[in-house]
Amino acid sequence: MSSLYDEVAPTPGADVPVRRVTIDVNGQKRTVDVEPRLLLAHLLRQGLALTGTHTGCDTTSCGACTVLFDGRPAKSCTMFAVQADGHAVETVEGMGSASGLHPVQEGFKEEHGLQCGFCTPGMMLTAKALLERNPDPTEDEVRWALSGNLCRCTGYQNIVNAVLWAAKKMRDEQTQEA
Amino acid sequence: MALDEIKIGGMGASRRRVEDNRFIRGKGNYVDDIVLPGMLHMEILRSNVAHARIKSIDTSAAWEIPGVRLVLTGEMMAARNLAWMPTLSYDTQAVLATDKVRFQGQEVAAVIADDPYIAKDACSKIVVEYEQLPAVVNPFEAQDPSAPLIRDDKENQPTNKIFDWEIGDKERTDQAFAEADVVSKIDLHYPRSHPSPLEPCGSIADYDRATGKLTVFMTSQAPHIVRAAVAMVAELPEHQIRIVSPDLGGGFGNKVPIYPGYVISILASILTERPVKWIEDKTGNLISTGFGRDVYLRGELALRKDGRILGMRMHTVSDHGAFFADAQPTKFKIGLMHSTFACYEVPAAHLTSEGYYTTKAPGGVAYRCSFRVTEAMFFQERMMHAAANDLGMDQAEFRRLNLVKDDMFPYRTAFGFLTDSGQYGKCLDIGLEAIGYSTFKQEQEEARKRGKLLGIGISTMTEPLGAGNSREYDIIGIKMFDSAELRVHMTGKAILRTGAKTQGQGHETTWAQIVAHELGIPAEDIVVEEGDTDTAPFGMGTYASRSTPVAGAAVAMVARKIRAKARKIAAHLLEVSEEDIEWELGRFYVRGNQERGVTIQDCALAAYSNVPDGLEPGLENNAYYDPPNLTWPFAAYICKVEVDAETGVWDVLKFVAVDDCGVRINPMIVEGQIMGGLTEAYAMANMQYITFDEEGNCIGSNYMDYLLPTAWETPGFELHEVVTPCPHHPIGAKGVGECATVGGPAAFVNAVMNAIEHTGVRNVDMPMMPNRVYEALQTGEDVSGMPPMKVE
Ligand code: FES
Ligand code: FES
Repeated sequence: MSSLYDEVAPTPGADVPVRRVTIDVNGQKRTVDVEPRLLLAHLLRQGLALTGTHTGCDTTSCGACTVLFDGRPAKSCTMFAVQADGHAVETVEGMGSASGLHPVQEGFKEEHGLQCGFCTPGMMLTAKALLERNPDPTEDEVRWALSGNLCRCTGYQNIVNAVLWAAKKMRDEQTQEA
Repeated sequence: MALDEIKIGGMGASRRRVEDNRFIRGKGNYVDDIVLPGMLHMEILRSNVAHARIKSIDTSAAWEIPGVRLVLTGEMMAARNLAWMPTLSYDTQAVLATDKVRFQGQEVAAVIADDPYIAKDACSKIVVEYEQLPAVVNPFEAQDPSAPLIRDDKENQPTNKIFDWEIGDKERTDQAFAEADVVSKIDLHYPRSHPSPLEPCGSIADYDRATGKLTVFMTSQAPHIVRAAVAMVAELPEHQIRIVSPDLGGGFGNKVPIYPGYVISILASILTERPVKWIEDKTGNLISTGFGRDVYLRGELALRKDGRILGMRMHTVSDHGAFFADAQPTKFKIGLMHSTFACYEVPAAHLTSEGYYTTKAPGGVAYRCSFRVTEAMFFQERMMHAAANDLGMDQAEFRRLNLVKDDMFPYRTAFGFLTDSGQYGKCLDIGLEAIGYSTFKQEQEEARKRGKLLGIGISTMTEPLGAGNSREYDIIGIKMFDSAELRVHMTGKAILRTGAKTQGQGHETTWAQIVAHELGIPAEDIVVEEGDTDTAPFGMGTYASRSTPVAGAAVAMVARKIRAKARKIAAHLLEVSEEDIEWELGRFYVRGNQERGVTIQDCALAAYSNVPDGLEPGLENNAYYDPPNLTWPFAAYICKVEVDAETGVWDVLKFVAVDDCGVRINPMIVEGQIMGGLTEAYAMANMQYITFDEEGNCIGSNYMDYLLPTAWETPGFELHEVVTPCPHHPIGAKGVGECATVGGPAAFVNAVMNAIEHTGVRNVDMPMMPNRVYEALQTGEDVSGMPPMKVE
């Protein structure tokens, strides 16, 4: 098993420093011992078994590893897990609720906003943050917001449509509640 | 009453995708998501130089690091006869280098450790002493008699040339040129590009000594080919090898070849008796795995004054890197390059090709295309563009005149292909209408007066998709058929397995739609499984747009076998003879009495509970489909651009795509495929290329140097459809996943050229980056070859 998050010194005598961190992950406080150099993406994927966060490039370029860090999109391949100590991290696994999917998730399915699905968690989280800031974005605003996330399959048009679909649904729900 | 086909998710329904249910929840199952008990992690040390003799490798410091379990070098592989492996093009490729390294990024050593961080640490402790040799970074350098011999490991390889190949009728073509009024020429470079699926390659090898079974989870578009290859290379019995291709984060041809990393992880698992995971990083993926293109295309057209084509000549010089590892049918050394000009009436044609080794990564994969068809069609449409200009003819008129007409099918091309069907002129007309072609010349002129440069580019093409019929097509001797297996359970639900492997194309959704169409079982009652060689029937995998043409046909055929058996059961249940039974979607009834019938579900239940005498119980079957021909979709792509004369930046004002891929199983998915393909076409025209400096350093080894379009740059696309059913495919479908990548680039380039050719420029090679377009505008001269790279 990986030694990166828990069993810190697998080999007797190995002198690896450890830091204890507590991170709010999808609304749950998780306390783990990590090597200071462990990347947040790897803690989420291997340590906490939240494999919906993907790593596509390791150079902060593709956005497949995007999570919401205190509500804002952040590329978790370029953050150390220790930097998340005391902060809140939301991953794709936290998007929906027991009662159903988040409108962004529904939108991606409804508008065929994904093909291989590898970019999808990062795309959806970025979109969710956008809609929280700007509930009625233009197409250009959506494209700009997503420009840190690469997709090799869809050509983006349907991703944009998916986000606009979700925006509308969220606005409609708001009006109904009001 | 027959069922409503759209309601049950049959053919033609834009059914929402089944696979999305897990992907949107982050519950996909990609190779790197899989964790096996006791799993170790592998990291590969790659060569940092392009061409060098290995003088020594010192791994002692790597072994010292706590948590390191194994360090492998070429010598250790050689001791097990695994230092070299065969490629899909009958060459050999080094697994771990022993004598020399032959490209930057080549695999030199591997560390297996408790976690990936330790493995990386240990890799950095390995000391390799190189004696550097000159790099060879293009085929023209490779031709030079003074060039170093790259493959000095091979017998009978005195030069860097891999092959000479030709096809067509030289004499008739020479004759055509002798009779021509006008000869038009073009000289192009199709730059090296990388398919770069977002997910890199990787594997988890798990050898169980107790049972002798080897299980490998891996990123493969063709798991059965891998099983066959592993059986041959590792000399393991085939029944003890299980290859599982789980969810793939894209493929685009990059995940067809068998890479050294897979082989090393297998040996590492055998030696450590633990599961070994290898996940390549992005740089490893970009610098060492199958690239696409990298070929110089030169040719000419013999033309009559009135615009008719008399003959075509083409010569290609291709760069295959250090090992000839193209994944392509055996017979054809430069893929299906000879499909060029297949949509036009060309009486005589001749193609000659030469291929070379260089000190670059091997590959030559079919990057979202059917084996070099992308290059073939790019050449065709750039050649057509130049020829129309040379003749002083309108681009659309010149194409319309030479396109194969609707009543000429099946049409035998000069190179011997048989195109099956199409309405080429109609597609072109729809596209021209949509882009506003009739008023464009005036618009262009007026814009020019205002200092604005507008251009329109047309690309019309058919391409050979769905290899193939087994007379012509095989890969390492295995014929290119495909398969499907269908089991209908007693409650009328079913499981379907095929030999293909989805990577985003949505097979789990569309295959069920074909079964729904054939049997009337609602698509939601059918689960689709692919990618596990222990359960899926043998198939050649998914690439070259062959899934729907081949595996999709097998799905229809196996469903028909099931229906034939269900008919016997229906006759038994209805107590009439089989001849008196009629079929409507989902139901058999007695001829002349439509009320009296049984559903397919009734038959399924009876297959397990009330079988007529003499009939085998159960309702399951399989089908192997050997297509009679390739399928020939057609597309007209038309692009309108504006070029900024001050900067050379070009913007797409409008892009119209008219695709005729025959009958569409799921229109939503088809359109998704076309938009994705057009985006890659745009990328290649604009920014996406990999080049090398003169020392063989790869420029484009990460996403900061290798530019891919984002949502911001990517233009919108307007899609239109024409449907000409494929006459020989059971459901009339043709391939479609790659048409747009194949035909798209020329539309962009022709549009930019149309905007700037008044300066006298004939060609700007891809990538048409602003500085190159600007240079052409300033000088009125062509900009050719790769953007030059200097060693700093
Ligand atoms: S993996 Fe983090 S940006 Fe690509
Ligand atoms: S859906 Fe494959 S990368 Fe976006």
